[in-house]
Amino acid sequence: MKTMRCPVNGPRPVSEFHCAGEVTPMPDPDTCSDAAWADYVFNRNGAPAVKREWWLHVPSGVWFVAERDTARDRVLRTYMWDGTPQ
Amino acid sequence: MTSRLAPLPGEWIDRTKPVRFDFEGKGYSGFAGDTVTSALLANGASVLGRSFKYHRPRGVMSMANHDVNALFQAGQRLNLRGDVEPVVHGSAVTAVNTFGGLENDRARLLDKLSAFLPVGFYYKAFHSPRFLAGWWEGVFRRITGLGRVDPGTPRIRTPKRYDFCDVLVVGAGPSGMAAAVAAAEAGASVVLVDENAHIGGSLGYQRGGVPGAPGDLDELRGRIAQLPGISVRTGTTAAGYYADHWIPLVDATRITKMRARAAVVAAGVFEQPAVFRNNDLPGVMLASAAQRLIYRYAVRPMRRALVLTANADGYHAALDLLANGVDVAAIVDLNRSTNANGAAGEIARRNIRVLQGHTVFEAQGKTAVTGAVVCALHDDGSPDPSRAETVACDGVVMSVGYAPAAPLLYQAGAQMRYDEALGQFVPATLPEGVFAAGRVNGVYAQRRADGERAGLEAARYLGYAAGAAGEVGRDGAGVNHPYPVFAHPKAKNFVDFDEDLQLKDLEHAALEGFDNIELLKRYSTIGMGPSQGKHSNMNAIRILARIMGLPPGEVGSTTARPFYHPVPMSHLAGRGFHPRRVTALHARHEEHGAVFMHAGNWLRPEYYAVAGRARAEAVREEATAVRQAAGLIDVGTLGKIEVHGPDAAEFLERVYTGRYANLKTGMTRYALMLDEAGVIVDDGVVARLAEQSFYFTTTTTGSANVYRELTRLNTMWRMRVGIVNVTGHYGAMNLAGPLSRQVLQGITDVDLSPQAYPYLGVREGLLAGVAARIMRVGFVGELGYEIHVAADNAPHVWLAIMEAGRDAGIRPFGVEAQRLLRLEKGHIVIGQDTDGLTNPLEAGMQWALKMDKPFFVGQRSVRILQGRPLQRQLVGFTFAGAAGDSAPGECNLIIRNGGIAGRVTSVAWSPALGKHIGLAMISPDMAATGTRFFVRVADGRMLEAQVAAFPFYDPAGERQKAATVEAAA
Repeated sequence: MKTMRCPVNGPRPVSEFHCAGEVTPMPDPDTCSDAAWADYVFNRNGAPAVKREWWLHVPSGVWFVAERDTARDRVLRTYMWDGTPQ
Repeated sequence: MTSRLAPLPGEWIDRTKPVRFDFEGKGYSGFAGDTVTSALLANGASVLGRSFKYHRPRGVMSMANHDVNALFQAGQRLNLRGDVEPVVHGSAVTAVNTFGGLENDRARLLDKLSAFLPVGFYYKAFHSPRFLAGWWEGVFRRITGLGRVDPGTPRIRTPKRYDFCDVLVVGAGPSGMAAAVAAAEAGASVVLVDENAHIGGSLGYQRGGVPGAPGDLDELRGRIAQLPGISVRTGTTAAGYYADHWIPLVDATRITKMRARAAVVAAGVFEQPAVFRNNDLPGVMLASAAQRLIYRYAVRPMRRALVLTANADGYHAALDLLANGVDVAAIVDLNRSTNANGAAGEIARRNIRVLQGHTVFEAQGKTAVTGAVVCALHDDGSPDPSRAETVACDGVVMSVGYAPAAPLLYQAGAQMRYDEALGQFVPATLPEGVFAAGRVNGVYAQRRADGERAGLEAARYLGYAAGAAGEVGRDGAGVNHPYPVFAHPKAKNFVDFDEDLQLKDLEHAALEGFDNIELLKRYSTIGMGPSQGKHSNMNAIRILARIMGLPPGEVGSTTARPFYHPVPMSHLAGRGFHPRRVTALHARHEEHGAVFMHAGNWLRPEYYAVAGRARAEAVREEATAVRQAAGLIDVGTLGKIEVHGPDAAEFLERVYTGRYANLKTGMTRYALMLDEAGVIVDDGVVARLAEQSFYFTTTTTGSANVYRELTRLNTMWRMRVGIVNVTGHYGAMNLAGPLSRQVLQGITDVDLSPQAYPYLGVREGLLAGVAARIMRVGFVGELGYEIHVAADNAPHVWLAIMEAGRDAGIRPFGVEAQRLLRLEKGHIVIGQDTDGLTNPLEAGMQWALKMDKPFFVGQRSVRILQGRPLQRQLVGFTFAGAAGDSAPGECNLIIRNGGIAGRVTSVAWSPALGKHIGLAMISPDMAATGTRFFVRVADGRMLEAQVAAFPFYDPAGERQKAATVEAAA
């Protein structure tokens, strides 16, 4: 089974982690169009690419970001959320 | 004729420990360290089994743990591979796949019928004629299969072990040993595994007739013993490669899941057979099989051998035979000339006949080799039977080449390419952290140096300071013959010994259109037997390549999948693991006679059994007790979360739809949670304990998800709030009923009078002497107190309340009664009355949405939904009828004009109201109170119900507010 590096706890088996989907910036809910809001809520990009995703290390509760090349099934790097939306 | 030799240096048998066992009803003797095959051969036996399809007599072929024709059964243990299975004193062993015993196997008749059993026979038999398919099924079930399962076999579950190392070295031959030494000397922690009982690999048995113990084997063994960083595990197979160097190590007792940081695959090669008529006769074997028999088990494999070779190894094997009492009738060399690497002189000195440019055309004999027909080869390598002679011998030893033992490399994602000069697939690219060494890497004479190179590379990859190793070239040219396959008009020249596939079977399959390696494999079943093509895949590729006129590299190979060798089910079977959560009050429920149900992975009391009462009656009695006196229910499964900090109120306002900034300390408020699409996902109650301190509950099944999502949101928002999941920390119980105040007042210091403690208030104080948080909530619609205490104290508090309420007639009540009570009040249950798309507008919960807040999760989506007409609406309904009458059930559909207009979400017979009540999702144009509609129940009948306003019971909510003190009922 694959290992994944939790930024706090180091490499752990991937079964200890939970993926919560891509980091997607929220448009301003007060000013954006209905279409833009629906796109944010419902649409996901399925094409293989290097994706930034929310991951949780379940036993320790650490939420972090992983950059993952979904075409090659490789985790490029993992790091604590640094506040940058994009 | 086989027999036992005098003691040899390095032999694996212990002659001080004799062993006796039975085979096929006859007694045999051997020594500790013998395998079943070696002990049988030492006693002169040669037929060890019957082949899968034709039941031809078979003996030893590889002695390398993939001789599927020497499969045995010992009592309940089945399909033991005789090559490697240690003899057990006193055991009774039989061959598998026989009808009437090995010698008199009735199914040997099938060999004569082989013309009627062509390739793909199994598929063809089921195709036409169709009416015979059932009969064929019966036949196949009776005559196929290997071994007999005893249903009385004890179910063994073996816990797995876990282990870690820097470098895992697979294979302890010369290259593996050198790799382990190099890596360990550089400082890495090394685990060296070998499937055999002792390390050494080919160093132990390819001796070229040189007497004495092999010097370099002793030297490497000594260095390994001196290095503390090497752990040697013999009898251990690396059974597969999984992501990130996760490799299961299988030994006789268990599987150890090894996480290595790098892996060196020095697994060696599988020696390959030549394909000629009757190459499956007992006595025809690989050269390495003969050498293993001699040097490991001191067994003389035959008396007079014919050596068929195409490389120097064959000449050296001839010298091994000569040194150990075997006459060599002739060396038959497929090549016109072979560089015998120094053996030529000794061969000539002994006057051994060498036939260059010849092959064995046919082995002769019925159940054992009695001779061989040797013939010259044309220039194109095909046999020329016009120039043939018969040579008397009782064994044919084959040394025509090898195929890499590369399954682990393939599974790791290595790209292999076919090297024409070497005649073997070699790694072209290797994934990170995976290294190949030795013959599997195409390095033969220099394989020890290649192992050292790989060990140093692995150590350097891991960051250890290790010297650079020189490049070691692939020197295997001339070792692997490109086409050791010889057609014969009478066939019985086998390519796959597991599946009884002859050369013509593959040719016919290709002619029938299965001319691609994947199709050829599946149609002919080549490589699908227990040895999974170890001795047959390479020849199949060569044969298909010649048929298709392609180089072997373009034919490709099929996917090698774990496991490398068969693994017993008992190794794989682990404990069934079905976690169940019980609350702190579980023992109390058992004492009260609870009948439990599953809620998620919790066990909760569904109801409490009463002697002489059916389930439905017991539930109604519990509900009535709550309505008229007092009841106590365990709600400890609820999620419980605390938030503290200057931004705690604002945080709650963002994640819930309601307003909490203005919630007074000491009060609670209902909480509704939406997701970003505006769909209801959870609800609960928020209590303000202090200006910056809140305590709130979630649904049982939602607690983990809610806590996760809140922590994720705050990771982004970085508000000044701490979030604590105290679900397991607190036990909780709900005391409800008109008499609950007087029951509780006696055991708590909290002032419960309605002025001091209004509806929806929260108080902290002592209850039955322990610290408690108490909230007045209205879920079941009676005066009630939800009591939260530290879980360890919950049983004590429960008992105290039950004792305090005894005179009032208190009863414990379970989940079913609670569901009925809340339904009478029209309170929704998330996930039952809502589904994955229900929004608060459909559920009639606009009152819970404070749209004027600056932001809450789902707000924008709700705004969009408010601008659209409703698709469906949650309504209450009633249905006339007595308690036992058939009534609409949960999820029954509402049918209008033959189409679906909604569904029932909750329904129950209400003792308080004397009729069936329920909630349903319905088309908005039918939602007006009084509308009649039809529900289709399970047996297809249509029952008529009527939309009704809800709450059904105490619509004004007076009873739960209980603003005045109730007199005792």
